[in-house]
Amino acid sequence: MAKKELKILLKATKISKSFGNFVANQNIDISVAKGQIHALLGENGAGKSTLVKIFYGVLQPDSGSIEIDNQKVSITSPNVARKNGIGMVFQHFSLFPALTVAENILIALDNKIKFNKVVNEIRKLSKEWELFVDPLKLVSELSVGEKQRVEIIRCLMQNPSLLIMDEPTSVLTPQEIKNLFKILKRLASSGCSILYISHKLEEIIELADEVTILKSGKSIASIDAKKTTTNFLAETMVGKKITELKKTIKSKSKNIAFEVKNLDKLKDHEFGISLTNINLQVNYGEILGVAGIAGNGQVELMEILSGEINCEGNDQILLDKTPIGKTNINERRKLGIETIPEERTFHATVPNLTLSENTFLTYFFKYRNTKSWITNLLNNPQNSLDESKKIVKNNDVRCPETNPIASQLSGGNLQKFILGRSLANNPKVAIFSQPTWGVDIGAATAIRQKLLDLSQSGKAVILISQDLEEIFELSDKICVINEGVLSEIFDVREITATDVGLLMGGKNKKMEPIK
Amino acid sequence: MITFIPRDKVSKNWIIIAPILSIVFTIFFGLLIFAFLGYNPLETLYQIFVSPFSRIDRIGDILVKACPLIIIGTGLMLCFKSNVWNIGAEGQFIMGALLAGFIALSFPNIETKFFLLITILAGFVGGALWAFIPAILKTKLNVNEILVSLMLVYVAMLFIDFIVRGPLRDPMSFGFPLSKPYPEGALINKIPFPGIGFLGQLHFGILFVFLLVPISWIYVNKTLGGFKINVLGSAPLAAKFAGFKQNSITITVLLLSGGLAGVAGVIEVSANIGQLQPEVSFGYGFTAIIVAFLGRLNPVGILFAGIIIATVKLGADNAQMTMGIPKVVTGLFEGILLFFLLTGETLQKYKIKWSEGKK
Repeated sequence: MAKKELKILLKATKISKSFGNFVANQNIDISVAKGQIHALLGENGAGKSTLVKIFYGVLQPDSGSIEIDNQKVSITSPNVARKNGIGMVFQHFSLFPALTVAENILIALDNKIKFNKVVNEIRKLSKEWELFVDPLKLVSELSVGEKQRVEIIRCLMQNPSLLIMDEPTSVLTPQEIKNLFKILKRLASSGCSILYISHKLEEIIELADEVTILKSGKSIASIDAKKTTTNFLAETMVGKKITELKKTIKSKSKNIAFEVKNLDKLKDHEFGISLTNINLQVNYGEILGVAGIAGNGQVELMEILSGEINCEGNDQILLDKTPIGKTNINERRKLGIETIPEERTFHATVPNLTLSENTFLTYFFKYRNTKSWITNLLNNPQNSLDESKKIVKNNDVRCPETNPIASQLSGGNLQKFILGRSLANNPKVAIFSQPTWGVDIGAATAIRQKLLDLSQSGKAVILISQDLEEIFELSDKICVINEGVLSEIFDVREITATDVGLLMGGKNKKMEPIK
Repeated sequence: MITFIPRDKVSKNWIIIAPILSIVFTIFFGLLIFAFLGYNPLETLYQIFVSPFSRIDRIGDILVKACPLIIIGTGLMLCFKSNVWNIGAEGQFIMGALLAGFIALSFPNIETKFFLLITILAGFVGGALWAFIPAILKTKLNVNEILVSLMLVYVAMLFIDFIVRGPLRDPMSFGFPLSKPYPEGALINKIPFPGIGFLGQLHFGILFVFLLVPISWIYVNKTLGGFKINVLGSAPLAAKFAGFKQNSITITVLLLSGGLAGVAGVIEVSANIGQLQPEVSFGYGFTAIIVAFLGRLNPVGILFAGIIIATVKLGADNAQMTMGIPKVVTGLFEGILLFFLLTGETLQKYKIKWSEGKK
């Protein structure tokens, strides 16, 4: 969809914004043409979200100017942004679950309209744009995809000339993504510009007309998206060549390492997920990928696999055919089961403690000395100093100083530390949840390589991830978790991404109405 | 609109300069207020800050006043570090004193001072049992410990009132609500200093403080138990990941802090009063909350915070007695001091940014 009349809708010049000493945006220039789909690409922390928040009036720039239709504007609040025709769909939805769709849209409108009129308007828009959603349904009953449609309708009610979308596909199944793209393309051809934020390269090539790449708060390139490749985008975004993963052909063993049998767990709070009849097994030398959209019971599954919560029956979890369902997390660590929860700070580590203290956190039992009660009594983080230094060295964890506190590390380096800490225990079975979530590409590649190496050295690995690419790249076998139910396990060669996508959306259940 | 931005690093110099500046500001505003209210500002300041140090025996009195504050504050530190909000130390103090008093009065003729070990232990048990109620309600039924521990303060106050007016009242007290005097073995003596005699009311109970501060420092910084408390307070999920049992930590810190408050109660009564009466505490359990935070939840800090608060309290008493300044005015001054001390601490960690606009 090439547009010849490139009239500039939004033009931003030399936008800068810093938080304390951290420079989030530095002299960024960007211009979005009318009816253009303009992608904003960059790693986590590159400054994408900051920039669009400035456009939407949530943040104020320190310096720089914004023009809309050649008129200089100062967007002091989201209200002003909407009056200037800018709408935004946030990464995390801002809907009230206890209200209906129409009520949610009504309270967000700047000018007051009658409720019935809103309902009719929603019906009209949803038909016109194929954004099917029932205006009288409660938001809490909607799927993630439907919630996103509500957010889009909410923006469309204001007749926007620019729609900003912040990482809209991270919560969607492949089928839902396809639908979304169709809608966005139609919107663009009707003259509405779209500023689309993502770090997924293939999406950008498929969808965007132009792409601006941010790196460390600076805009480093604006490229015609139709004339580029994913490789080129990736290298520009990261600033270096990306190493390919080394996969060697491995001899598969048939020895079952870790097994879960008929496991049920009722949710322990209102917004939790109940696990129903979970069965899985993983062999030595194998990676089992557990795909699924976040919030479908991964956290609950992880609590039970790690031993933070015990099973009801001891024989619901087996390690080398021995029942261990009632052992706690430290007993499992001693047996050689290492787990990493998806939450890096506050769960896998304590942010205001040093790395040696964070090493002590999971290995304090190693330093127990039964011979001398006084040294045992004084078992403290000092004991893990050497071990933590080793972990830092062996895993290329880049620290600003020796033994820094965990919050001083970047996400990727912290994750390398956490992974290294687990590997230092030389586990037989490794269960990792979202290990590369929010990590820059360089660190993600290193982490993925470590997982491959682990399985190639004969260990059993369970990888819980919402990143489908990662699942397919690493796994030997794949299963899918959806609303607390685990699918059967497939060999990676027997299943396609489309099948997995259907399972992620709950294939056996009623599909969302696509009329 | 004011926003607080965390500083990258807390400057070493400011750790010393900030408290000094806080006191300078306090003095400045104190002078203004006293002058405005028609009191001689310099003399008031002298009474509050200098008179407690003016005689050597008064220094002894500062330590006596600081003693229960430091003991209770140390126990509360363990709770607050692990995000358990025990604000009922006043009640635990009373129940510790009461149980120890009951034991002491049961042996009216005992003389050996080794008996003190038993009464102090009884004080610990009494305070710990009182704190066990919020502990068990929190861990078993998820009841908020702030409400339970606070309400139990009033129960304890009325209970000791009932006991000294009823079962334990001394028949010889002419109708006053007082118990019999403690036996010799249950009394804590004043410390005799050769050549000086006594330093005010300074008693042997202060030795417990000098034992408690290093032991609690080692416990917090050099043992697994202290590490668990720290992790639970900073990141409960990480404590779970480490396999620490949240409930048993919660119960432990509540028992320890209740027990220490109880010990403070025993020492206070055995050293300064010598018998049970309706009022055995003078808000020590509440003031100790301020001491714990002013001491930055650090045993050494709490030692100094206890002494500072005790000094100002004594100075305020002096000002009331010698100059007739009402309690509300000296209370106001204490408030100003706390305000500036806490402001100084906050500004060490954060810088203030004034920004325009609504949001």
